[in-house]
Amino acid sequence: MTLTRRTFPGFAALFSLPLAWVLLLMVVPYAIMVAVGFWTRQFPLFYPDFQFGNYAQILADPQYTTVILRTLKIAALVTVCALLLGYPLAYFLVFTIRSQKVRNLLYMSVIVPLWVSYLLRAYTWKIILGTDGALNSLLVSTGLVSAPLDIFLYNQTAMVVTLVYIFVPFMVMPLFTVLDNIPRRLLEASEDLGVGPFMTFWKVIFPLSLGGVVAGATMTFCLSFGDFVAPVLVGGPDGTMVANLLQTQFGAALNWPLGSALATLVLALVLILLQLSSRLDRAGRIDL
Amino acid sequence: MLRLRWWQKGMVGVSLGVLTFLYLPIVMLVIFSFNDSKVTSFPLAGFTLHWYEAFLANAQMLRALANSLWVALFATALSVVIGVTAALALDRYDFPGKRLFQNVILLPLSLPGIVTGIAMLNFYKQIGIPQSLTAVVIGHATALLGVVVSQVMARLAKINRRQFEASADLGATPFETFRHVTLPSIRSAVLGSALLCFTLSFDEIPVTYFLTGREVTLPIYIYSTLRRGITPEINAIGTVIVAVSFVLIVLSVTLLRERERS
Repeated sequence: MTLTRRTFPGFAALFSLPLAWVLLLMVVPYAIMVAVGFWTRQFPLFYPDFQFGNYAQILADPQYTTVILRTLKIAALVTVCALLLGYPLAYFLVFTIRSQKVRNLLYMSVIVPLWVSYLLRAYTWKIILGTDGALNSLLVSTGLVSAPLDIFLYNQTAMVVTLVYIFVPFMVMPLFTVLDNIPRRLLEASEDLGVGPFMTFWKVIFPLSLGGVVAGATMTFCLSFGDFVAPVLVGGPDGTMVANLLQTQFGAALNWPLGSALATLVLALVLILLQLSSRLDRAGRIDL
Repeated sequence: MLRLRWWQKGMVGVSLGVLTFLYLPIVMLVIFSFNDSKVTSFPLAGFTLHWYEAFLANAQMLRALANSLWVALFATALSVVIGVTAALALDRYDFPGKRLFQNVILLPLSLPGIVTGIAMLNFYKQIGIPQSLTAVVIGHATALLGVVVSQVMARLAKINRRQFEASADLGATPFETFRHVTLPSIRSAVLGSALLCFTLSFDEIPVTYFLTGREVTLPIYIYSTLRRGITPEINAIGTVIVAVSFVLIVLSVTLLRERERS
């Protein structure tokens, strides 16, 4: 319904609470965060101001730029690994499993872990990779190594493994949806024209699934970019990520303006990526 | 006959590997929660319920558990009430800024939680709300609104609109139409998204981390314990959380996937 004088009262009755709630408790907080990013700090207090000092400091101080670049690198690695693991899985679920029932069951078993305690799923890698952990004790008891190794935990590899583990279902979800929506008659047509299965995959299936690749990659990248639990639990001294810097600014360093500026940068990055991805998705969509 | 090429076999191999990768760590957590040893290593030392007894005797942990349950309960209730009203309005009316509103409520789901947490912390500080469990409830309810709105809207889109018109033509008030026509057809979507909200709020860390005061929720309690080191008690409470979450999520996904029968 479009809004007219007659329908407006009903609309207002329904929509005023959600609108007020979202404006006051979501939009205003983000706006305040952006504003505080321009404030000045005179330890231990902060003063309203409009200056770009916090941003200049973040972009000039190698202490911050190193961490930002490292976070970009880790998030990119996580995204690529999740794609390499998630794509075959989605393909397998859609094209290899013939029974609808089995397919739904398997799909559900991939999606369910996504919503199960994120903290505990990160924590399990601590008990697996630790010096006294499951992997080491297994290696020692099978005689492959003579003493527990401390190379598994507290480094960037452990962080990538943990984050891939946490976010792989986010990759599988959109991929499964796009692959499942590809009309089977296209594959039959390709086969009838004498095209082999690999070329069918490369020329038909893969291009049609790009929307899912973009959606899954965006989600995985954005969420792993802002993670602070994995670095704390399994990351080492060189494992600080942007989210840990943020924690410090609001904790020990007590520099809310700088922290807010940094959080605003993360917000901007995510918004840009979401925008790009929705454009790419639209461009890649082929009407059938 | 289904014949697979080498690369298709490779894909099957990778898939089975990924499925194992997804479940092996959770299995480890469960196994070690019953293992009679302070360290999480093989070979296993024997069966014990000691770690479960330990967490049941840990007053601080139980208090955090109770806090988490209350927070999740209130946050879910708020999210559902506001989310369902918003979904009804978005489904029924066209108005300027509709797309924008939808994108804004979905933002906290794709934005790292830490940014939302910091935004809310800044806001509460400015208007003078102290960090507390109440602040956490409001924060969760706001951040999880998108879950309810998107799921309920998806279900509303599938309903035949004639039903509403028929109900109005027969003289039902808008509330009666909602109570007897709309609600029954979206019930499973509402229930499913409520269960999802409950689990997500119960397990939430980044927003809670910034908004909580001296009273903490269970994930925050576990998180701060873990920074000091591992205790097998965590494996025991972790197993319980994973088991309960699993049941709730499977239930929720089943309800959300249910097709309307009309």
